Amino acid sequence: MAKVKGDIIIDIEKCKGCELCIEACSQKSLETSRQVNQKGYLYIVKIEDNCTGCTNCALVCPEGAITVYRKTDKSKKQVAKITNITKDTTVTVNE
Amino acid sequence: MNEKRMLDDQHFEQMIEEESICTTDNKVYEAPLDALYDTAMHYCPGCGHGVVHRILAEVIEEMGIIKDIIGVAPVGCSVLAYNYLNIDMSEAAHGRASAAATGIKRVLPEKYVFSYQGDGDLAAIGTGETIHTCNRGENILILFINNGIYGMTGGQMAPTTLPGMKSTTSPFGRDVETMGAPLKITDLVAQLPGTAYVTRQSVHKPGNVRKTKKAIQKALEYQKNGDGGTCFVEVVSNCPSNWKMTPVQSNKWMEENMLPFYPLGDLKKPNGKEK
Repeated sequence: MAKVKGDIIIDIEKCKGCELCIEACSQKSLETSRQVNQKGYLYIVKIEDNCTGCTNCALVCPEGAITVYRKTDKSKKQVAKITNITKDTTVTVNE
Repeated sequence: MNEKRMLDDQHFEQMIEEESICTTDNKVYEAPLDALYDTAMHYCPGCGHGVVHRILAEVIEEMGIIKDIIGVAPVGCSVLAYNYLNIDMSEAAHGRASAAATGIKRVLPEKYVFSYQGDGDLAAIGTGETIHTCNRGENILILFINNGIYGMTGGQMAPTTLPGMKSTTSPFGRDVETMGAPLKITDLVAQLPGTAYVTRQSVHKPGNVRKTKKAIQKALEYQKNGDGGTCFVEVVSNCPSNWKMTPVQSNKWMEENMLPFYPLGDLKKPNGKEK
């Protein structure tokens, strides 16, 4: 099974450290930092490199501070084989 | 030593360039910055208002109706909603947001109109306006954020406060015999013939956020099609500051105590459209 690779960017000046994203993260890759931002909140940082880009943290974030990236493997072509007609053909899409 | 260090630095930079996947192509989720201003909100940490603002902005952006939608802000915590949503907004007197929205919709029937109200605004002082707007079947969307307490004024008891729940005006818990039972205003308006789509959702988990977004989208589409009636979306939310809990605790408390009393789901759907 191919492992999906994701990454997030947290806007630390918007973050208020409510820790809802830590609860929502299935990979446990987020943690509260010991630094404060300009408003005096302990912001959230990503500590593990196992993000899958599932967007759960961004969905529950009340501040909209999280941007999520997910790597899609573009070298792999999506191939569909059509049988059931006179001759077998292979159709390629998304080159 | 220096050369080695330079090499290491180069190698490190290369590694970062290779591994970084934070590019525009790979972006799968970003806050809707066309319909939502890029500013920090004044809400307490963990407040459900921020999530509802964001998903409302997402729906507006996806439907492409930034210039065709008019909102009415209430009095309460979300009184400054017009500072965050980059759309045309109006402010109404306490509890009268649905009445103001009625006027706007009647003058500009081709626009989308919604009112955004809390439970102290909609269920306490604005009960009459809300019920009569729904009874007339005005073609507007009423977004109702229910956190069971007056948040802005410091945690007084609201009509939606649960039995036994402590607030500053019910310090020994809400006594149903003297203070009355909580008002389920969503169930109330679902019985009126004027409403088209009545639903109750929450925003405490990613799945629920998706469902709430879908509900708001459906409600705006019903308004566009003119399916005849008011759309009423209740969002059960939390208030960590006035419940005296952390945001994570408050969401857990909400799930354990509020959701059995305010069960989630659709209470009414437009006739003949869906089952």
